[in-house]
Amino acid sequence: MKLAVIGAGAVGRSVVELAGDYGHDVTAFADSTGAVVDAGGVNAEAAFAHKERVGSVGEDDPSAALGAEYDCLVEATPTTLGDAHPGFEHVEAALERDRHVVLANKGPVAERYDDVMALAAASDGEVRFEATVGGAIPVIATIEGMDPSHVTAARGVLNGTANFVLSRMAAEGLGYEHVLAEAQDLGVAEADPTFDVDGTDAALKCAILANVLHGGGYSLADVAVQGITDVPSSALDLAAEDGRTVRLIGEVTADGDVRVGPRLVTANDTLAVSGTQNIVQLETTNAGRLNISGRGAGGPETASAVLADVGRLPER
Amino acid sequence: MVPVSDGGPEGDADERQAHTVRLELVDEPGELLNALHPIAENGGNLLSVFHERGSLTPRGHIPVEVDLECTARQFRTVIESLRDAGVNVIQAGTEQYGEEVTVLLAGPLVGTDLSDTLSRIEACASASVVDFSLTDEQGVDDVSSARLRLAATEGSTDAALDCVRDVADEKDLHVVEPLVGGSA
Repeated sequence: MKLAVIGAGAVGRSVVELAGDYGHDVTAFADSTGAVVDAGGVNAEAAFAHKERVGSVGEDDPSAALGAEYDCLVEATPTTLGDAHPGFEHVEAALERDRHVVLANKGPVAERYDDVMALAAASDGEVRFEATVGGAIPVIATIEGMDPSHVTAARGVLNGTANFVLSRMAAEGLGYEHVLAEAQDLGVAEADPTFDVDGTDAALKCAILANVLHGGGYSLADVAVQGITDVPSSALDLAAEDGRTVRLIGEVTADGDVRVGPRLVTANDTLAVSGTQNIVQLETTNAGRLNISGRGAGGPETASAVLADVGRLPER
Repeated sequence: MVPVSDGGPEGDADERQAHTVRLELVDEPGELLNALHPIAENGGNLLSVFHERGSLTPRGHIPVEVDLECTARQFRTVIESLRDAGVNVIQAGTEQYGEEVTVLLAGPLVGTDLSDTLSRIEACASASVVDFSLTDEQGVDDVSSARLRLAATEGSTDAALDCVRDVADEKDLHVVEPLVGGSA
């Protein structure tokens, strides 16, 4: 399939690098300030070098990528809240041209799921978004495989940064600020980790899961969110004394309630993954409980989810 | 034994039944005897005592399982007097406290009248605080953390947690709730 990749962060770059391994060609590649379009296949190395040198992946206007020849648009620009601009408009442009869309950007399906699905319904193109929840973990595909009607609830650890901070605090008895600084040094936490530690990132993923499980209607505003910034290390000590620990858990219940917050779990609970691991637990009607864990972030990991989605699309 | 008849809603209040109580004892001489006294004194007939020396609870205490026979009314008195005697009752039959939940509270616990916080949680019809630990957050003034174990009657865990949440909200305390139903 011919791919137009919008967004040149870790995920977008990895998609461009790995597309060939999955049998796809990248015919357009854009970031916020420039683009490169080549019907015969974009030269990835040259685009990366151009970005290194000039700050953008190519000399063309970014909009050139949207108008280029492609079968599937890969939307990997940074997640934005509210109107999900400009990711949503990229999705709209592709679907209006009857092209497929694969999202790594959570914004459009977390904040405007119903709008996206309405556009998809009117288009010959399809929308997929495996990479938006749990990075490399095939969460959406698993729910889809079981059929959402057979999945009654979902919960899990959906933010690696918050999980790293909580598990390090518990293991080392260190304070929140100390561990966060360490996480930033290690590149586990971003320079501005606000969305990770205040629960917003996990909440967006939960809104997406709720949309899939309950047929739409959810956005970030429907999620009750509590972050980890107010969990002192003394609370983790008290939890440990009792054979328990604290994890930032996102939850979509059978009743349709969606919440994210620090929760007490037993230290050996399946959900008490350590480090940057993510895990999703699904309650199903006939198959009992399913647990799927793995890497919830990272360029190649998330790109693998994007490319798996591309592979699930029908040929145009 | 004077037969008790309270005329209350529990028709079987006089019927003697077997009950199991799980206790947690500190490993010190006399602790076991101290725990068995309230049972005998309140009309409980000891059936067996399983003292699991060698195995420790997560908090480093010794679990003891006691089977006894008494009426439902006596059983309530036994549990109350065990707690009054400072014995940590982990489980008191499945009927009485079918559900136990642990929550963490963090924030200005001391500055917002800790004993008031606890008594208001205790005042909730559905909850009883069976264990409580408090630790100050090092290097941060006015911040402490507490772990509470609540015994809730069957089916009322949510109500007990609501109650904790309400008190915490009012006092600007942070609650770390248990993941109910999620534990493997």
